[in-house]
Amino acid sequence: MRTDRRSRLMTWLFLAPTMIGVGIFVVVPIVGSLLLAFFRWDIITSPRFVGLANFTELATDRTVGISFLNTAVFVAVAVLAQLCIAMLLAVLVQSKMPSWMRVFFRSTFFFPLVLSAASVSILMKYLFNESYGVINWALSLVGIPAVPWLTSPQWAMVVVIAVYVWQNFGFSFLLFVGGLSAIPGDVYEAGAIDGATGWRRFRHLTLPLVSPTVLVASVMAIITALQVFDQPYVLTRGGPGDSTRTVVMVIYESAFRQLEFGRASAIGLVLMLLIMLVTAAQFRLARRFVFYQ
Amino acid sequence: MIRRLKNPTTLATYAVLLVAAALTLGPVWWTFTTSLRPAAESFSLPPSFFPLDPDFSSYAAVFEQIRVPLLVLNSGLVTLLIAGGQMITAAMAGYVFARMEFRGKNALFAIVLSTMMVPAQVTIVPVFMLIRGMGLSDTLLALIIPAIPTAFGTFLMRQYFLGLPLELGEAAAIDGASPWRTFFSIYAPLALPGMAIVGVLAFNFHWNEFFRPLIFMISEENYTLPLGLVTLQGNLGTGSISIVLAGVILSMIPAVVVFLFGQRYLREGLTAGASK
Repeated sequence: MRTDRRSRLMTWLFLAPTMIGVGIFVVVPIVGSLLLAFFRWDIITSPRFVGLANFTELATDRTVGISFLNTAVFVAVAVLAQLCIAMLLAVLVQSKMPSWMRVFFRSTFFFPLVLSAASVSILMKYLFNESYGVINWALSLVGIPAVPWLTSPQWAMVVVIAVYVWQNFGFSFLLFVGGLSAIPGDVYEAGAIDGATGWRRFRHLTLPLVSPTVLVASVMAIITALQVFDQPYVLTRGGPGDSTRTVVMVIYESAFRQLEFGRASAIGLVLMLLIMLVTAAQFRLARRFVFYQ
Repeated sequence: MIRRLKNPTTLATYAVLLVAAALTLGPVWWTFTTSLRPAAESFSLPPSFFPLDPDFSSYAAVFEQIRVPLLVLNSGLVTLLIAGGQMITAAMAGYVFARMEFRGKNALFAIVLSTMMVPAQVTIVPVFMLIRGMGLSDTLLALIIPAIPTAFGTFLMRQYFLGLPLELGEAAAIDGASPWRTFFSIYAPLALPGMAIVGVLAFNFHWNEFFRPLIFMISEENYTLPLGLVTLQGNLGTGSISIVLAGVILSMIPAVVVFLFGQRYLREGLTAGASK
């Protein structure tokens, strides 16, 4: 059968670029990371097997500990804020209004998503500047004294979270708008007859009906937030002190500043494990809370 | 409309939406208007929200401070080659996974899918070493080549091809068309919107990308635009905010163009990722 041979040739030729590429640049590096995590290597001298030393050192290393703590705080606050803002705006945008307004609001909230996190962080760094930033100027109009946004450890984390949420809430918003518009109108009509309006309508009708979307949006938001790098790198370089140093920043610094490639791989693996655990936990929790129609 | 606004709920809805819209667009608008102020006035308060007397000297200055045409060329080259490469390779692999039968298909597709979950930061060290080993350190190819094979794009294209009618291919086969012809003259043209989604997503992501260029690019002549701008901000004093912001505005132009004309593809692609 000539056709058969031609099909087979085409199959493998078409698969080759993707499969070979994914193999070389994803599968091999994963295996590489797994191996590297048990070695000490600075590229210059030859790698030395150190067993679990890289991992045990992580547990006692102060910077690494702080970075995981920072990332946990960052993820918890940023994701919660992102989901709440997105849900509020998605519900409001879906209320009765002229369609050009709906299009305007939808596009507006989606807009920050297309910008680069580096560019956004650059401009935000000016807006949050303590002495000449627009934000402190606006606060001074209502009598609030200048806030040391980027120079105090607590406020720096607040700024990193705010800038991140500003840029990313649009993604959850987009998912929620999709989820909300899939709810059939007669559900609300039936609810209205039973007296479900306002908050009660949201809590007992809307939320259960969009809960599958909430699950997906929260899983994706957490995975993305766990990998935050651009914003803290540009805004604060992880400072002041270590107050905004995140896990990925420590991976970057270990590998490409301190040339501790084994250590960087070990941290990366822990992060990947964390991502998998969080995702699995969410789907487990979801069995209890998510309502599938 | 006016009567509706008297309803307190409606009024509150509009108030919240308008404040949120102002907070979303405000920073970008401020960036734009400040980039049109003379550099010496860029940090004077109150901020100017209306460019009554636009001054374009900051745009000229940003071209002098950093080699903007070179940065744009680098970013453009990297982004377009990745987007084009992804569109082609993802369409090919996606088609095979959707429409061809072969041994090990499910296993291979499972491998592709599972690599989607691995964050780039986890594999960055071995990828960096591979790049060194291939002699591509500090070249634009170091950014381009590893980014072309795309698990997500392959997944997306597979879904797209599965959505196209099976009958077209069967009819073509009965008419004696080879599998190649079936793909190139029937399915590939129909899949162009799907390829556009892959392309627009790749364009947006890699135009804005910061992490890999920061690690892989060493010489300034290989910098991409975001990396060049962050370096510029580090080098310039606070007296020249408007110059940096002029650069920021320039870097946003392609993203805004994609936003205006490719928003639908972007939205479809982003939400498709969520339903996987």
